Amino acid sequence: MGNGRIIAGCLAPHPPHLVYGENPPQNEPKSECGWETLRWGYEELRERIPKDEYDVIIVHSPHWRTYIGTHILAIPEAKSISVDPIFPNLFRFHYDLKVDVDLAKSIYSEAVGKKLDMKLMENPKFRVDYGTIVSCHLANPDWDKPIVSISSNAAAKYFNVEYMQELQTHLGDATRVAIEKSGKRALLLASNSLSHRHFTIEPPIPEDMSKEHIYHHGQYLWDMRMIEMMKKGQTREMIDLLPDFTQQATAETDGGSLTWLMSALQYPKYPAKIHAYGTVIGTGNAVASWKPEVGGPA
Amino acid sequence: MNPEVLKACVVPGQPQPLMVPEQNEGWMKLRRAYDEMAKEIKEANPDVLIIYSTKWLSVIGHQIQARKNPEWTHVDDEWHEYGEVEYSFNIDSELAHQVNEACHDRGLHTRTVDYHGFPIDTGSIVALKLLNPDNKIPAIILSSNIYADRTETVVLAKSIIDALKKSGKKAVAIASTALSNRYHDQMIDPKEDRIHSLKDHEWNLKMLEFFEQGRLEDVSQLSRQIQQEARVHKVTNFKPFWWLSTMMGQTNYLEGKIFEYQPLYGMGGALVSLTPSDRSFGDLEYDEADPENFQGDRNVLKSEGTDSDESEDTGGKE
Ligand SMILES: [Fe+2]
Repeated sequence: MGNGRIIAGCLAPHPPHLVYGENPPQNEPKSECGWETLRWGYEELRERIPKDEYDVIIVHSPHWRTYIGTHILAIPEAKSISVDPIFPNLFRFHYDLKVDVDLAKSIYSEAVGKKLDMKLMENPKFRVDYGTIVSCHLANPDWDKPIVSISSNAAAKYFNVEYMQELQTHLGDATRVAIEKSGKRALLLASNSLSHRHFTIEPPIPEDMSKEHIYHHGQYLWDMRMIEMMKKGQTREMIDLLPDFTQQATAETDGGSLTWLMSALQYPKYPAKIHAYGTVIGTGNAVASWKPEVGGPA
Repeated sequence: MNPEVLKACVVPGQPQPLMVPEQNEGWMKLRRAYDEMAKEIKEANPDVLIIYSTKWLSVIGHQIQARKNPEWTHVDDEWHEYGEVEYSFNIDSELAHQVNEACHDRGLHTRTVDYHGFPIDTGSIVALKLLNPDNKIPAIILSSNIYADRTETVVLAKSIIDALKKSGKKAVAIASTALSNRYHDQMIDPKEDRIHSLKDHEWNLKMLEFFEQGRLEDVSQLSRQIQQEARVHKVTNFKPFWWLSTMMGQTNYLEGKIFEYQPLYGMGGALVSLTPSDRSFGDLEYDEADPENFQGDRNVLKSEGTDSDESEDTGGKE
């Protein structure tokens, strides 16, 4: 084998509100509408990265938070209902997914080779986290591609963002090498919001968009700064700034998904395509994609 | 003293004592301590167990479990290799709704949750499985709001007391929390488990000394410092003892009992009970305020002339 490659990497945030707004048959709660800018951004992302271009989706999720090492989903299939512990009124999603266990194990082995603490998740009764499910659903609502789900290690909380970035840099490298060896074409999803301060109350109609806006202007400014750098292809600078951003904007980048993605893509110098920016219960979210073949070599 | 609450208990929320106690002598000791505490709770004969779990995080205020008979097969996110726990719990749905109303009366934003498949957290599962093995005592479970600080947490407990008074029920209050909460971040041989650092251990011993003397309110008053010294800052503050002490009437007039203290993958795992008593080291004058109502988040960065929609953000009665 060999010649596998990353066909695209995306910033693919996972607020369950976006699935709720979309009303797929798998989700029990039903909405009238809501968060269109972001949902249409995902539509555009799906057009830019049609599913015949990839064999597998690899998602790094801040909502599978592990404290001891990084864990990788390694059961061939998973079927259950995912109920969001924070927004159970919006997200009770019946999922039925397949996992590329070979690739999962190969990422695991490459990462172990880099001395990272890794664990395979092999319990068939395990419930897949909603970050993984939301990002994967919005990237490919047909669920007809296998996925690999990677947990986010809590190193940013236990040590600091710099330490976390070091770890995710190695994990991103390990992911890329495993993909190359596999011969497969992979779509990578970093499942995180940008600024991440929420409102602590919800309007009576959750999809009432007259109530939706950024929690605080300072967050907005930080989000715009990060997006500007994505648009200019300054991803190395963006990652250098990420510790400040994470702290100042209480950003969900603390989970390491974006750092992992940038490392796997080898810090693109070509511009990201920004499909959308919007807020969800006060948090800042961007849908963005990097396509190496369109953008040129990193 | 709140006569509605018969006893306060502190228990760790990690799965080892429930699932793999045989892997480490200390974990087995914790398991036996749970069994002993279960007997003590049974003897107190409460109408309801009220659990505040630091492992159930919420954002939209606090959430209250209200499903009468939640059933599921649970696998821990971290220790999935331990296998699964089947559970079927007995929830006092009526009291959950009364607590919810009482919270609203004091300005808190809370809601009940009643959904099939709702992911009850590992800490609550461990507490209910081990402290209430035959499910005889109905329970309610409260989340820990990541944005809440002292006021919301104290007012939450006061609201629960209001609801207990109204219902005429007697409760045992259970805080599911570690003392020091730093894990070993690398996989260890379970036999080699120890408290992550000597400093964490020393802080744990200080807390246990206070508990043994019944000084729950003193621990509550020290919570901010403990957060600085012996806690990884995963959330805004170290809240469980604000809640637990308020449940007991914010007092040191308690009889403390340490059942066990052991490392749990590096964290401080302790089982402690506190029972109303005449014996006391005395209640002192304290620095922390004693709020009765929640006035809402104060948006300290809000600029003047912000439009009225912004008051939504403050979440409470202005
Ligand atoms: Fe999130």
